[in-house]
Amino acid sequence: MGIVEAILLSVITAATPLVLAAAGELVAERSGVLNLGVEGMMIMGAVCAFAATQLSGSPYIGVLAGIAAGALFSLLFGFLTLTLVANQVATGLALTLLGLGVSGMLGESFLGMQGIKLQPIAIPLLSQVPFVGPLLFRQDAIFYLSIAIVAGIHWFLFRTRSGLKLRAVGDSHGSAHALGVDVIRTRYLAVLFGGACAGLAGAQLSLVYTPQWVENMSAGRGWIALALVVFASWRPWRVVAGGYLFGAVSISQLHAQAFGIGIPSQFLSSLPYVATIVVLILISHNRRMTLINTPASLGKPFVPDR
Amino acid sequence: MKKLLLALATTTAVIGFAAAAGAQEKAKICFVYVGSKTDGGWTQAHDIGRQQVEKELGDKVETQFLENVPEGPDAERAIERLARSGCGLIFTTSFGFMDATVKIAQKFPDVKFEHATGYKTAPNVATYNSRFYEGRYIQGQIAAKMSQKGVAGYIASFPIPEVVMGINSFVIGARSVNPDFKIKVVWANTWFDPGKEADAAKALIDQGVDILTQHTDTTAPMQVAAERGIKAFGQASDMIAAGPQTQLTAIVDTWGAYYVKRAQAFLDGKWETTSSWDGLKDGILTMAPYTNMPDDVKAMAEATEAKIKSGELKPFTGPLNKQDGAAWLKEGESSDDATLLGMNFYVEGVDDKLPQ
Repeated sequence: MGIVEAILLSVITAATPLVLAAAGELVAERSGVLNLGVEGMMIMGAVCAFAATQLSGSPYIGVLAGIAAGALFSLLFGFLTLTLVANQVATGLALTLLGLGVSGMLGESFLGMQGIKLQPIAIPLLSQVPFVGPLLFRQDAIFYLSIAIVAGIHWFLFRTRSGLKLRAVGDSHGSAHALGVDVIRTRYLAVLFGGACAGLAGAQLSLVYTPQWVENMSAGRGWIALALVVFASWRPWRVVAGGYLFGAVSISQLHAQAFGIGIPSQFLSSLPYVATIVVLILISHNRRMTLINTPASLGKPFVPDR
Repeated sequence: MKKLLLALATTTAVIGFAAAAGAQEKAKICFVYVGSKTDGGWTQAHDIGRQQVEKELGDKVETQFLENVPEGPDAERAIERLARSGCGLIFTTSFGFMDATVKIAQKFPDVKFEHATGYKTAPNVATYNSRFYEGRYIQGQIAAKMSQKGVAGYIASFPIPEVVMGINSFVIGARSVNPDFKIKVVWANTWFDPGKEADAAKALIDQGVDILTQHTDTTAPMQVAAERGIKAFGQASDMIAAGPQTQLTAIVDTWGAYYVKRAQAFLDGKWETTSSWDGLKDGILTMAPYTNMPDDVKAMAEATEAKIKSGELKPFTGPLNKQDGAAWLKEGESSDDATLLGMNFYVEGVDDKLPQ
């Protein structure tokens, strides 16, 4: 296996949880809900996926448990912000703190246990293609899902009537409501989807990336996913580009260090963030395009009776 | 509210005891942890020490701890709370608690404090540390014997003296066996991020190292090494469960004996401020069983360990040069502790640029 191939393999593993969590958050934000609880939902997904895998012996049960945990946890956010109309920013932050705490408690009896890794599935024929085969077609189920989810989101948002309604809710909930779209229901579903994706991202952490459970193992990846949504200017495929760019820079800097090129490691460690900022600047020079994509009702509460 | 009730209860208890003449009050020994007591590494090792105090000193003492205390202003509040709640002896178990400990100690001259891995002392503040580097020297020797390619990978956390000292000791040990031995260093710039530690491990293995050692806290690198079929060393606690066919040995922190000794001195009224820096011989660190290696390598490791314990071998002994080739220690000369504790340079043979 060549060095380029090895680097790319590491990049895919590092980028997948970011892409998944960001894709889910993108849908929630497109419906006008800003959920800062991604980190909390992700870590809940990670702990539940790990626990369910240990108890059942099957990582696939674990994946389902991770998705369910993320979705259930996001339901709490939905209830507080959509039904009780609590402040979205404050509730999201609380969700993150709560998730980190609760996951630590739930996971206490699973600390130090040996994880069961979600094994790769080789796709017949395609996995035999040189270079591309081992990279893209000999991966675990969560990677395939991540690409399918992004493609699905793109299709849903821009090619279906329901997707159009969801975007309408995010852009102007008042108008959507006047047209007869159930704003609260749409947002609940979007938040649930976001939670499920974050939970799946968490499952990737504790079943594929590092098959183990330790407290706080998401280590800030939920926040990076949130930044990626803005980075992608709310376009699904750009989330993939952003996630992989971030992953590529993070992995290359480790290789650069191991290679001994003599650039200070603190600088190299900051490169992924520097790259993000540079791209953001490049994107934002076209202000009109940015405004078109930004959900205009993002973060604003909606009370139907008003 | 619970705290208040607790404080009230304690006060009542104290008055009650004072009334019953001759009744002995339990000494309260307290601990401040930077992480969770089940982190599987640094903090867990301290908590095992605390449990040993409870076990060995029985009903003469009562222990209490605060976990997940962030370094910084919060630490001050946490330490002060313990001091106010009647703790007689307080161990603060992270480097970052240093200034907070000294500050609170000034406010509470009757309470004794012990700070781990720091360098500031006061009449009621002692410091204690462990010569982890002695274990790393042994690891270096094992690595040089076990590596086919003569290159080991080193996952480092932050460029602080403690970590630099470890890298140097590892390299000195390795080159005492194979003078051409090389290491590749990757700075993760974190103590704790399983994903990043695993990525660093993969990067190092992809670049051809066949032995891995780490100065970060999780078992992720050990897992990666196991998956790729190379050997590795554990850190802070025995990580054999993460790599039954992978771990060669591990440096295991064993603070218990020290804690018991100091608590006993406190009970006897003989506690004095000290700067303790114990090593393998004192049992403050131990080597996990030497596994997954041929008998001759194991014999060599055991012999080196015995020599370090007897004081015959000191890892930082000349002739040694600094990285740029400038002379540092002459033949037979050993480094003083102050240089080690402030170490900000590499020795000859480290193939990395030290981040400054």
